Amino acid sequence: MKAGSNLEKILSKDLFAVTGELGPPKGNDVSVIQRKADLLKGYVDAVNVTDNQTAIVRMSSIATSSLLIQMGLEPVMQMVTRDRNRIAIQSDLFGATALGIRNMLCLTGDHHTFGNQVDSKNVHDLDSIQLIDCVRTMRDKGTLLGGEEKIEGEIKLFIGAAENPFGDPFEFRAIRLAKKASAGVDFIQTQCIYDMTRFKEWMKMVRDRGLHEKVHILAGVTPLKSGGMARYMAKNVSGIIIPDQIIDRIVKAKKPAEEGIKLCVEQIQELREIEGVHGVHIMAIEWEQMTSQITEMAGLLPRPQIT
Amino acid sequence: MIKAEQKPMDEILRYLSPYDRILLSGCGACVTVCHAGGEKEVELLASALKMAFRKSGKSLEVLEATPARQCEPEFASELSETIEKVEAVISIACGVGVQTLARHFPKTPVFPGVNTTFLGETVTHGVWEERCQACGNCILERTGGICPVARCAKQLFNGPCGGSSKGKCEIKREADCAWQLIYDRLKGLGQLYRMEEIIPARRWGVESRDSGPRRIVREDLKV
Repeated sequence: MKAGSNLEKILSKDLFAVTGELGPPKGNDVSVIQRKADLLKGYVDAVNVTDNQTAIVRMSSIATSSLLIQMGLEPVMQMVTRDRNRIAIQSDLFGATALGIRNMLCLTGDHHTFGNQVDSKNVHDLDSIQLIDCVRTMRDKGTLLGGEEKIEGEIKLFIGAAENPFGDPFEFRAIRLAKKASAGVDFIQTQCIYDMTRFKEWMKMVRDRGLHEKVHILAGVTPLKSGGMARYMAKNVSGIIIPDQIIDRIVKAKKPAEEGIKLCVEQIQELREIEGVHGVHIMAIEWEQMTSQITEMAGLLPRPQIT
Repeated sequence: MIKAEQKPMDEILRYLSPYDRILLSGCGACVTVCHAGGEKEVELLASALKMAFRKSGKSLEVLEATPARQCEPEFASELSETIEKVEAVISIACGVGVQTLARHFPKTPVFPGVNTTFLGETVTHGVWEERCQACGNCILERTGGICPVARCAKQLFNGPCGGSSKGKCEIKREADCAWQLIYDRLKGLGQLYRMEEIIPARRWGVESRDSGPRRIVREDLKV
């Protein structure tokens, strides 16, 4: 075991993992975290805690992750390189691991101009691949990046990253995963999948490189709430592809939200059949209450208890 | 070359309000090429400033000069006699030129008339784009001659982020994704293997401005 987290144990036993996602409050209201935690507890193996996603200022992912542990949920602490240089990153990892955090997700982060602090200066001292290498160095060598001095204590982290099979250039997307694997990533979660044909093509490239045996791949899904949401995402979010027939299905449905959940469940079942997919990452953004229903309908319950 | 854009007229007039005799100094090098601070722009700005002063019932005397390279001490010192005659200087050279004049003429206020914007290339007539950040350790050899430090909004070193779509950057939809350009170019050169190599964390503290202003000393050229 590299970190001994619940997520690592489940994946290393070849069980199909389920992760969820929780966006911290835009302030210090802990009741928001408690409410979302209650909606997710028992339905997922670990919960991603976003790090100022879309560059909107929220409670830090470290503090939120620590609170989640107290609430009995296992966090996957996200960390972006947008806001921290390597001094802050490594210092925060000392703190995060001291607080009991055992999973992290290494990201570059959404560009700061998408958020509510557009006049800030971005950092990007490291990119996501260099961050993976940094964490692996701290964990496996027991030193800081580029240093020989031993860290006091042990950095036990199960290292994750994201991958987007829907970004361009498509042919590079498996190469990018290969780079993350050689930098030391243990698991990846993908961008939300709607274009199953393209995802399957990508998985074939991943398998051809043998990456599915080196890295645990969790397929990302996001239930669509309405036709408007589907159209908006398809048009405005770079790196998300929603095929027309899916948009039509949601738009034409009598109850679009119900149809969105049904579609999400079908996607999970289809993804589960793909060789090399080791789990699913459910991003029910501000719709956390649907996680229980989705996991129930997809036959993912009860979640395994591993001691 | 260095690119610059003229500051808003109101801002320049605000600097000048206490004075009635100034030197407007352009530069014959980079800012001439990007039509921000050459001889022609000196002439145009001088007329505009005088007109603006007249409109508000005041008068401004503007002496004009355009040294070949304002950032070189020998050209800057050519201005000595002229500067004796004025109360202040507006320089429409880049920020380097402004500082050269400020260093040479400690008793005369020197104000910038342009915002220095980037090191760039002429894309087409009237369009310039950033190409170099003078980061101090050129990696163009690994990236097909296209710089991700200057041209990727996140300064990624290991390939495009998930926001690269149909060749464009999600941050500025009119901008090309630098990593798409790099990919296409390396593919064309038969060097796609380069995209598989991990570029490790940079040594910003040694190579870039992050350890303070950089300096080059060439003993063989010193006199």
